[in-house]
Amino acid sequence: MHPAPSVIIFTSLSGLGFGLMFFLGFGLPEVKGWTAFWFFFIAYAMSVGGLLASTLHLGNPQRALKAFSQWRTSWLSREGVAAVLSLLVMAAYAIGLIFFDTSLQLVGWAGAILSLITVYTTSKIYNQLKTVPRWNMPLTPALFLTYSLAGGALLAGQVSTAAVMLLVLTVLQLAAWQMGDKAFSNAGHTIETATGLGNLGKVRMLESPHSSPNYLMKEMVHIVGRKHSMKLRIIATILMGLAPAAILLLLPFSHALALAAVVSHVIGLFASRWLFFAEAEHVVGLYYDKR
Amino acid sequence: MTALPEKTEKKLGLAIDLDTCVGCHACVISCKEWNTSNYGAPLSDMDAYGAEPMGTFLNRVHSFEAKQPDHNAQTIHFPKSCLHCEDAPCVTVCPTGASYKRVEDGIVLVNEDSCIGCGLCAWACPYGARELDKAEGVMKKCTLCVDRIYNENIPEIDRIPACVRTCPAGARHFGDFNDPESNVSILSAERGGLELMPEQGTKPVNRYLPPRPKTDVSGEGKIDILAPYLEPMKEEATGFLGWLDKALEKI
Repeated sequence: MHPAPSVIIFTSLSGLGFGLMFFLGFGLPEVKGWTAFWFFFIAYAMSVGGLLASTLHLGNPQRALKAFSQWRTSWLSREGVAAVLSLLVMAAYAIGLIFFDTSLQLVGWAGAILSLITVYTTSKIYNQLKTVPRWNMPLTPALFLTYSLAGGALLAGQVSTAAVMLLVLTVLQLAAWQMGDKAFSNAGHTIETATGLGNLGKVRMLESPHSSPNYLMKEMVHIVGRKHSMKLRIIATILMGLAPAAILLLLPFSHALALAAVVSHVIGLFASRWLFFAEAEHVVGLYYDKR
Repeated sequence: MTALPEKTEKKLGLAIDLDTCVGCHACVISCKEWNTSNYGAPLSDMDAYGAEPMGTFLNRVHSFEAKQPDHNAQTIHFPKSCLHCEDAPCVTVCPTGASYKRVEDGIVLVNEDSCIGCGLCAWACPYGARELDKAEGVMKKCTLCVDRIYNENIPEIDRIPACVRTCPAGARHFGDFNDPESNVSILSAERGGLELMPEQGTKPVNRYLPPRPKTDVSGEGKIDILAPYLEPMKEEATGFLGWLDKALEKI
């Protein structure tokens, strides 16, 4: 799949933002006044910024409001509804903390749960697609939720929670790559099942239906993005998981080091999200004899 | 709206004969011509005369080769358009309700006024049947020529999809798969009509009629009866040119 900057930024930033909100909703850390303002500012900037980035790839963003209508069937619609609900509920909680020195604890908990549900709906947009076997496995929602919780804990300054979550995340990410590499062949899709010509022998493409790549190939058969997969996997593993966990666990706590851990995690997160899209093979590639 | 109907009254679709398709792409052109000027936004082209011309098409013809060891390869031309699946994943993922499947005839359509161009339906389709139009930013797909098949302003003979109407090889057939007596149902039953990628669980309506078995002339002991006539003949010039040829050889 095409690793478009809009979807990479959307899933990464909104995941971090809602992850931070989850911890803020449970009063971790307990903040008030200006401190609360800055924490919520970061959470909102990331989640809203991510959501806005996602509208950049739309062909007709002026009709985006219609996307809230099909929550009964569409995960993308549910994602929109859940995101707006979390942002509204958390706003009430944040206003209480910032301006009235009041912790509306029940509202905070509700906002925290809604934030996590939002991340789950984001993951389901990708996880539901049978056409992309690498995404269509139970590990995908688990991975998105863990990314969100680990990043959120890191941003919320929950040192020990963040360190543990980062290590869990690293293991999950390695498992997802391992299982994802086999997902396509395990799903049983081949050029023979795609064309129904298997009984005639081994099938290959003789001639492409068009001389230049088309929308399908640019969007779903994006092979060039996988060029440095292995190097990026190593970079992502170190930067998003091992390095920040090591900083938190092994070095004495300081704000400068915490910032370094956050920066490292975010860069690693972008690298792994690039791979999430670039390495995802869509079954339509079979009609072009490509993966 | 993006919930799929439990069942549709008709199951309109195509039976595509891979045995007779000659890969001429006439259906591709005919489809583009009809659909760029009728239902919805036109099918735009990008950089049509440049180095990398791209455009929106609702129907494409792939060409495949199938080969068994020790046998001659076989070429199969393979037209591909929307299969109007019964369990269409493109419909349920749509966040705006723009994509829908009609209860009356099972045709899968896009209401372009509601389409935000997010592209998720194209991601959900295993067959590559949907293409986002770059100029309009809306999703385009085969409508089964819904504006022809019920159109009383055109002669009755033309009230079939443009691709079917134009196919010079008679490789495309249009009809109701819900009616066991329809032309397409009978063809599909007789020829063992195939579903594409059945493991995706989309229950496509369109059927592909597999190529008929070919006479195999490649095995041992089998002789191509035309082969002797096709061997190259030794050509020697006679008369004056023959003398000239020999004379020039000797110099």
